[in-house]
Amino acid sequence: MSSLNAAIRDSSVVAGRNLRNVIRTPGAMVTSVAQPVMFVLLLAFVFGGTLGGDQYRRFLIGGILAQTLTFNASFTAVYLAKDLQLGLIDRFRSLPMSRGAVILGRSSADLVTSLLSIAVTLLCGLTIGWRINNGPGPALLALGLLLLFTFAVSWVGAVIALTARSVEVAQSLGLIWLFPVTFISGAFVSVQSMPGPLRAFAEWNPVTAVATAVRKLFGNAAPQGFPAPSGWPAENALLYALMCCVAIIVVFAPLAISQYVRISKR
Amino acid sequence: MIRVRGLCKNFGGFRALDDLNLDVAPGQVLGLLGPNGAGKTTTVRVLTTLLAPDAGEVTVAGHNVLTDPESVRRSIGLSGQYAAVDEKLTGYENLVMVGRLYGMNRKSSAVRAAELLDEFRLSDVAGKRAGAYSGGMRRRLDLAGAIVARPEVVVLDEPTTGLDPRGRLDTWAVISSLVSAGTTVLLTTQYLEEADQLADNIAVIDAGRVIAEGTADELKSRVGSERIDIVVARPEGVDRAAAILAGIASAAPEVDRQARKVSVAAPDGHHMLVRALGELEDAGLQVVEAALRRPTLDDVFLQLTGQRARDHASPTPTDSPTAGASQDREVLKA
Repeated sequence: MSSLNAAIRDSSVVAGRNLRNVIRTPGAMVTSVAQPVMFVLLLAFVFGGTLGGDQYRRFLIGGILAQTLTFNASFTAVYLAKDLQLGLIDRFRSLPMSRGAVILGRSSADLVTSLLSIAVTLLCGLTIGWRINNGPGPALLALGLLLLFTFAVSWVGAVIALTARSVEVAQSLGLIWLFPVTFISGAFVSVQSMPGPLRAFAEWNPVTAVATAVRKLFGNAAPQGFPAPSGWPAENALLYALMCCVAIIVVFAPLAISQYVRISKR
Repeated sequence: MIRVRGLCKNFGGFRALDDLNLDVAPGQVLGLLGPNGAGKTTTVRVLTTLLAPDAGEVTVAGHNVLTDPESVRRSIGLSGQYAAVDEKLTGYENLVMVGRLYGMNRKSSAVRAAELLDEFRLSDVAGKRAGAYSGGMRRRLDLAGAIVARPEVVVLDEPTTGLDPRGRLDTWAVISSLVSAGTTVLLTTQYLEEADQLADNIAVIDAGRVIAEGTADELKSRVGSERIDIVVARPEGVDRAAAILAGIASAAPEVDRQARKVSVAAPDGHHMLVRALGELEDAGLQVVEAALRRPTLDDVFLQLTGQRARDHASPTPTDSPTAGASQDREVLKA
């Protein structure tokens, strides 16, 4: 029990430090604000006209949320790699603090950045016609799912940082997987239109599950021309999304912590 | 307080530490002296549980680094080679954070942070972000972080590397006060005069093993007597000057052609200097500088490894704070 208390206290000390860093580096937050705005505008008005107009714009928001929050994993990767490069991780590792606290403190602080991204995306959505159609209960559940998802992917970011060990490598490694993972999904289109192997990947992609579940919870239907997706993950999107989040945490959190324990700068 | 036996560490095919042995008694300061790549930082990383050894037994404050790293971490304070401070946090916030992570509560870490900022002359900038600090201030903040929890053992990895002379003297003062408080200190350095100034005992390491150990005086006595340094005006004169000195002294002189310098052990000090100057003048050689000095750790290193320490690391004469060195020197301008 006391070790759990210590872990929580250490993590919150590290998270507090990270939040101060975020607040004092407003420039770094521009990306997490500008990127969802950019993608909303790009997809709503460049692609949106062809893909279903107003209906597509309402459909789009769930996908943007899933995509933006996946991208936030790269912040975790870059910040952690920076601490590593500056020798701060060495100092932390020489302190009698609990082993997971540095990464837990990181991913908790990154939740705040993600909340900002979510708020910006939803505000953008409101201006282009997106609405909550299912009432506040499911909407709050959607928010909870999004936060759980961003928390889960930030452990992936942590593994990337601890593998990369330098900011430059973390930056490129942290971005390279994001495009295929977020675009080979049902975030922006119907997975039914994709050829065989891509479709299988997209159907089981956690990004698809999160986007689909969030749309259902907000009550945002797909445009009429979109072929309805079928199969277990599509029919049980919320359950599958939750399972994905748990699975990502179960795999990547122990991996990140064991890397942290063993990592050394040289 | 620190005990290292048969420590080995390989990185790929490179043997960074090769059967290293060390002992530091409570309250003692051990200077780990060696050039870049000798294994100093690797030793520090093993002692502070950042790196697991391949072989050997290492205990710090009675705790084994492999079997009980948690207790080791509780007993030590580390200040690494690069000042590991958070640039976005103020000096005060940095120290409070470290205190909290040592398990201190909010109030006592705040009190301790204020106390240390005062002690390390950082009170004026306590509320400023560490990113705006000078190199010396950052170093002091980092050192303060290492002793927040009043650890029994403090490990300092090259505490003055990269500092200007002023910053180095400041840091020396801070370390000296630590030492007078009775803390056990292990510090690494490439600066011979730094080890001489701060350490009770010096372990000279090269290629991952200790090649000599003892007090500064003991190490110096290995090199023997006082030495004569002669600098001649013309490069052509170096060989003739060396031949003349070889005739007077019992040992072979060392020749530094670039500096036009010849130096040789001088068992009977003044007499030999006077005689050497007389013979050099008779030979018509113009002497620019002639000095009689006690052996430095540089000479020790040369004697032990066959190469100059500054071949690896280059503390230029201008940035090496030779406080006290002038007392060792009698310079006769010719």
